[in-house]
Amino acid sequence: MDKKSMERHISHKFDEDLEQLKNMVLKMGGVVEQQIADAVKAVESADSELAEKVIRVEDEVDLKEVELDEACTSVLACRQPAASDLRMVLAITKMTRDLERMGDEAQKVAKMAIALQDSGSKGYEEARHIGALVQKMVNTVLDAFARFDVDQALEVARTDKEVDREYKSAMREIVTYMMEDPRAITRSMNILWTLRAIERIGDHARNIAEHVIFLVKGTDVRHTSLQEIERRIGKA
Amino acid sequence: MQAVNTPIQENEKLNANTNEAERKPSGAEQMNDSAAKVGKTVGKPFAKHPKMTMRNVDVFYGDKQAIHDVSLDIGKNEVVAMIGPSGCGKSTFLRCLNRMNDTIEICKVSGEIKLEELDVYHPKQDVVPLRARVGIVFQKPNPFPKSIYDNVAYGPRIHGLVERKTDLDEIVENSLRRASLWEEVKDRLHAPGTGLSGGQQQRLCIARTIAVSPEVILMDEPCSALDPIATAKIEELITELSEKFTIAIVTHSMQQAARVSHRTAYFHMGKLVEVNDTKRVFTNPEHELTEAYITGRFG
Repeated sequence: MDKKSMERHISHKFDEDLEQLKNMVLKMGGVVEQQIADAVKAVESADSELAEKVIRVEDEVDLKEVELDEACTSVLACRQPAASDLRMVLAITKMTRDLERMGDEAQKVAKMAIALQDSGSKGYEEARHIGALVQKMVNTVLDAFARFDVDQALEVARTDKEVDREYKSAMREIVTYMMEDPRAITRSMNILWTLRAIERIGDHARNIAEHVIFLVKGTDVRHTSLQEIERRIGKA
Repeated sequence: MQAVNTPIQENEKLNANTNEAERKPSGAEQMNDSAAKVGKTVGKPFAKHPKMTMRNVDVFYGDKQAIHDVSLDIGKNEVVAMIGPSGCGKSTFLRCLNRMNDTIEICKVSGEIKLEELDVYHPKQDVVPLRARVGIVFQKPNPFPKSIYDNVAYGPRIHGLVERKTDLDEIVENSLRRASLWEEVKDRLHAPGTGLSGGQQQRLCIARTIAVSPEVILMDEPCSALDPIATAKIEELITELSEKFTIAIVTHSMQQAARVSHRTAYFHMGKLVEVNDTKRVFTNPEHELTEAYITGRFG
């Protein structure tokens, strides 16, 4: 049974509890989204002040993760949710984890930005394109969750493939630089690590997309190809 | 009682076809606007090794139809839970399985109900041996105003199952043991059954039911008058009993259905909406009405 256009619970309080969980996730998502945007911008322009802000926000994200876990535990214990309600709580506990990891990766990118400025070099323009793609993924996946929209979730999974391709081609290019000029190796490695962290954020966004599909459709689509996901939920 | 020719072997095929049938509701169903959402039963109403088979069962109380065209199997050694809002017909349906509705004069049952090859509603079928094969436990524990021993010994005595006192002693002890009551009552077998606690009385009733070695045990909300500890004991018992017996249980507690049953059947306004593996019903039910009921959105 699709979790869409559901009626309200007999228990008004239960509706409120679930609504609150959802809002908490969206709030946490909003903070992480901003963190990623700032981190990418910081590394592009070697802005250590912005990078410091990204690192400071991390505590807030960690706290939100703990609060969300507590809220989910309380709904499970007190409400014994079933069917789509159960799937929603389970999906949220997993999404929270992915969001927190995204924050960690953003922090890595921010640290790279600080190191950049310390070494006096200019920013990594190379991070711009893949950074923009990943930011779009995070934005779309939070939207997909807010609206229980499987199509948007699928779009995120598709964009993830694009990010993976971008990352691979960037890697090849950077390896060429390193072969041409050994003095570029330190900088190139740093770029690689930055891109790697951004690419990982994309993977987490894809995970969240899969949790959204699970909560809406009741089908576990982890560890499956995009075509297989589309087949299983009848979108092929 | 018309004989509907539905060989048990066809069940798997029937299960496979339910979804297809769902897309083409019959004319009668299309006409019934009030229950328009219900349609044909979805999921897996049929069992591979059925102990009881019900086909196209209708039940009327006078002019009022309480059960509409219900088809369901209860598999051998299976626990099937029947859930649904009050008045949905689940208890009525359960009571058809051993003809407990016979005493209600205006109640008319049609369709096919079979215990293996036995036609339960055959005009010549005597209900006494039928009920020895299909026992029932009710909502309120109702021990006879007799001793604990005599409560359990009653069935074997009237069915003439024993010749010697020692055999009867053995049946009483075994039944009480299987009902997890023996340790609590072995020293006071001749005390009145009505002196036990509610949970103990219910286990005594279960012991009384299994004393005649039935094949099927029907339970009509067996825990609704019990506290959580007594409920947990009965639920544990249901799991143990399912190794030897086939069990159909009507319950108002969805969590209980989730805990004890293999398959769950959801009834709504006299129709069987969905039957599926219990795990499926509670994580991802097929029908929107099932979803609404088990998530507490019914209104």
